[in-house]
Amino acid sequence: MTIELLNREALKPAVQEHIPRPAATEAQLQLLSWAAPVAILLAWEVASRAGLIAPQVLPAPSSVAGTAWRLTVSGDLFKHLGASLLRAAIGFAIGGAIGFALGVLVGFSRVAEASLDRSIQMIRAIPFLALLPLVIVWFGVDESGKIFLVSLAVLFPIYINTVLGIRQVDPKLLELGRVTGLSRMKTIRKIILPGAMPSILTGVRYALATAWLALVVAETVATTSGIGFLAMDAREFLQTDVIVLAILIYAVIGISADGLARFLERKLLAWHPNYAKEGRK
Amino acid sequence: MTTDTAVIVRNLRRSYGERVVIDGLDLTIRKGEFVALLGESGCGKTTLLRALAGLDPVNGGQIDGPKQPAVVFQEHRLLPWASLWENVTLGVDTAQGRKQAEAALGEVGLAGREEDWPRNLSGGQAQRVALARALVREPQLMLLDEPFAALDALTRIKMHVLIRELVARHRPGVLLVTHDVDEAIAIADRILVMRNGGIAASYLTADIAPPKLRETLLQELGVESDSRAA
Repeated sequence: MTIELLNREALKPAVQEHIPRPAATEAQLQLLSWAAPVAILLAWEVASRAGLIAPQVLPAPSSVAGTAWRLTVSGDLFKHLGASLLRAAIGFAIGGAIGFALGVLVGFSRVAEASLDRSIQMIRAIPFLALLPLVIVWFGVDESGKIFLVSLAVLFPIYINTVLGIRQVDPKLLELGRVTGLSRMKTIRKIILPGAMPSILTGVRYALATAWLALVVAETVATTSGIGFLAMDAREFLQTDVIVLAILIYAVIGISADGLARFLERKLLAWHPNYAKEGRK
Repeated sequence: MTTDTAVIVRNLRRSYGERVVIDGLDLTIRKGEFVALLGESGCGKTTLLRALAGLDPVNGGQIDGPKQPAVVFQEHRLLPWASLWENVTLGVDTAQGRKQAEAALGEVGLAGREEDWPRNLSGGQAQRVALARALVREPQLMLLDEPFAALDALTRIKMHVLIRELVARHRPGVLLVTHDVDEAIAIADRILVMRNGGIAASYLTADIAPPKLRETLLQELGVESDSRAA
């Protein structure tokens, strides 16, 4: 017993030598990754204060933060942010629903593919932002035009990835569905949709990005509310601090949307080895 | 068909265009009987199994058996997005699904793993879940399409013991398609050799000593009998 213990102790260092020691801990690397952005921000602030950058060109970060605080206190920020988010949400819901429905239809039916896919691909070839003048003619400058543009931007990525996902479901699993006597509905619910889910969620992620882009452009057209209005209005008065703030808000919401998509992936794809853990690679 | 029979096949025909793969095949499997089907690659073993499973159409003849036999494939074919118990009860619509799955998983030595994901299983474990999925249906006929071919030698031996036990307990008729002569001798009651689209020979494993049977089967399959000595 004692001898065995001793032997084991003697073995320990030899074994440990084979384990590569990490160069830095995870926390240290996290900290390092923030160093450059913080340094840039500091340099920007210093340059602005020293008068190297004119405030009409680029306001100091502290001035942008002050503006953010002012607009938050007055409630303006939330009003405009709410208006923008509502547009994005409605547009996303409509475009997403249509894209998904068309994707399911074309994914399942060769006849639907033959009759629909070519037209959809043709419309997809148009950069949706090029439709802006036409959208203004059709819908005027009120909400519906903006929602239309967002819907259109969302529709295609969801459509394409839904079709792709359904087509990529392993035929061997579909065969399993047959030998276990699954009904058509159950096959869809238990095999096809879960199998297509990774691809569909990739579509959602793309769609969130394009929806946001569509919104930014749509909101530059004659609006009275929204983050875009905030920026356009500020331009009239050369309030660069508000413009920079609006840009920052777009960025933050973009990041949040991506975070939401990742959250959905982790929740819905818990079974998938690539999404199971926090680390994505 | 008596209550004792799992399946009766009469004069089965299957062709792909000009090429006739199964030509007037007759086969009867009793409940509780373990039948292994040997044959050279492309002789139609798998075609027969798929016809019995109802996966492929036939061109003639009669299959008198269950509409939905249980099938275990060479790959486990577990749904990666479903827990083990959901996989086991796939297509089984009973209120006690979970309980049945627990019992079936227990029988294949995976008790307590009901909530686990398939990706956490080894190849042998995954194939045992596939067996549990077949057994939970209490099938009259069980079709095994080279289910152990992808496993390592040791795991394969363990699986042979397990499948014998399970078949003895649940007593389905079993048709095992394999090209492993030793596997057939180890687990089957009856070994059939398929050739020219029909059953060319039939041996009861109880009647012949394994070494002699092995030699005979290898000869049937066109392998030189002295290849073992070499």
